[in-house]
Amino acid sequence: MPKLVTASQFPDPDAAYLALVEARRNLSDAEASQLDTRLVLILANHIGDLGVLREAIALAKQAA
Amino acid sequence: MPGAFVNTTRKSVYHYDYRRSRDQDSRGVVRHPVVVVGAGPVGLAAAIDLALHGVPVILLDDADRIGEGSRGICWSKRTLEILDRLGVGERLVAQGVTWKLGKVFCGDELLFSFDLLPEAGHKMPAFINLQQFYLEKALVDRALEIDNLELRWKNRVTGLDRLNDGARLTIETPDGSYRLDADWLIAADGARSTVRGLLGLDFAGVTFEDKFLIADVRMAADIPTERRFWFAPTFHSGQSALMHRQPDDVWRVDLQLGPDADPVAEQDPQRVRARLDKVLTSHPYELEWVSIYTFNCRRLDRFVHDRVIFVGDAAHQVSPFGARGANSGIQDAENLAWKLAAFIKGESGDGLIASYEIERIQAADENIGHSTRSTDFMSPRSSAERRLRDAVLELAPQAEFARRMVNSGRLSVATVYDSPLSTPDETDFAGTAKLGAPLPDAPLMQENGTPTHLLDNLHGQFQVVYVKDGARPRAPEGLALSVIGEDYLDHTGIFAQRLDATPGATYLVRPDQHLCARWRQFDPAAVARAHRRALQR
Repeated sequence: MPKLVTASQFPDPDAAYLALVEARRNLSDAEASQLDTRLVLILANHIGDLGVLREAIALAKQAA
Repeated sequence: MPGAFVNTTRKSVYHYDYRRSRDQDSRGVVRHPVVVVGAGPVGLAAAIDLALHGVPVILLDDADRIGEGSRGICWSKRTLEILDRLGVGERLVAQGVTWKLGKVFCGDELLFSFDLLPEAGHKMPAFINLQQFYLEKALVDRALEIDNLELRWKNRVTGLDRLNDGARLTIETPDGSYRLDADWLIAADGARSTVRGLLGLDFAGVTFEDKFLIADVRMAADIPTERRFWFAPTFHSGQSALMHRQPDDVWRVDLQLGPDADPVAEQDPQRVRARLDKVLTSHPYELEWVSIYTFNCRRLDRFVHDRVIFVGDAAHQVSPFGARGANSGIQDAENLAWKLAAFIKGESGDGLIASYEIERIQAADENIGHSTRSTDFMSPRSSAERRLRDAVLELAPQAEFARRMVNSGRLSVATVYDSPLSTPDETDFAGTAKLGAPLPDAPLMQENGTPTHLLDNLHGQFQVVYVKDGARPRAPEGLALSVIGEDYLDHTGIFAQRLDATPGATYLVRPDQHLCARWRQFDPAAVARAHRRALQR
């Protein structure tokens, strides 16, 4: 049973997107990549569910 | 363990004399119940344990000295408990450096520290550091005290023929070769096992390319006794470093050099000194021993090949991070010894020997898994992997979850066996005791007021540990019985807490101190059934 939520959860998705955009504004590729990596770790821990994490990884790989 | 060794001569080497054995003058080929090949820590432990179980053992070694070869320094609590049962634990603890604090640094900043044995009431410490040659010396001394154990130095195995119910060995000695038959052959002859080669067995796994410099230095320094690990310290650019204390003012320094390091050039004393000077700033030191190593994570597909059984590095290899090499080998030896003894004495079914493989392959896979994960963290394989690793280190000072991900080697603890020998619990038990694991130790007091420990009283035989609840029950045949509250007092309550012991609680303990069944009440039929199951009878 998939547990990863792919339906939109933010009441204001544009605001969430903006927060991510602003976080990387004026960063080099390397800096942005480092930021993203830290974010992945923080969010993965917040989810705290290995099954959900694996589903998310699969979805991310599939979307490429 | 470590791959290539060259270099400086060890100061502490013990020599033993080759002696011609009666078997070499015999007309026919002499047959022995058990022959162990390799008198390292694992072969010695196996031979001593078997002999203490009453099985005569011949232990062969191709050298006539100890003090050379691979260099384990870190001995875990479970290993010390085994060695204590074999009679050398207290000596080793007295000789070794006891430590339980680990510190992990990133750059020059302390990321976090950890305490490996935060609770009291264990006879043995979490870890001691002790040069492997001291441990081998203690085991050889012990072996020499035992009547039915014969140690043969300068006996090198050169040939092996499989018999229907045993193995025939060809052995080379300083005065020629001779042959010997064994009902059972235990191969404890290390990572480059001759026996494994003679059987043509595949030893597949992963080889890691990173090279490490390992150095033992003698230095009088007022540095606390703790394991120190650095990711990217300023004194060793971009790589990891480890520093650990041993007895005799000797310190182990382990430096990651990367995959491209030249193993010969890196052992040049001047080059080594240049590296060490940066680590050991301002402390004068003497170089004792240097080596470069790489490592593998691999194991044999099967550990039992009819009458030839593999233990230790001959059966499996891991990285040195986590103290899982020699420690797991000694745990192999203990697991096999009582089973083989029971089988030879006709007390068990075939399944008992098979359970050695089941249990110790589970342990080997656990060790290989931990070891591989530690290595992935310490030696990222690409810049993308390194970015992830570095992100964990960057977050670690602020976020507990990231500290938990930092992996500088997960230190060895005993495996909890999913074993056919265990009788599944019928009721829930809390506490730290686990079915299929060694019983946690606990302080007890003898009737006469003498303090003792639980594991001190579980010695090489099946035992029922029963918590007093009225009259003393009668143990089923072949089982020793200890009554807590009568034979021993749980004066601190720690036993009750760790084993979730309520009045009437009954525990069946294997000769290797592992818990194989437990009940809330004593039922002799259930105990006898569990005992038969644990012997696969």
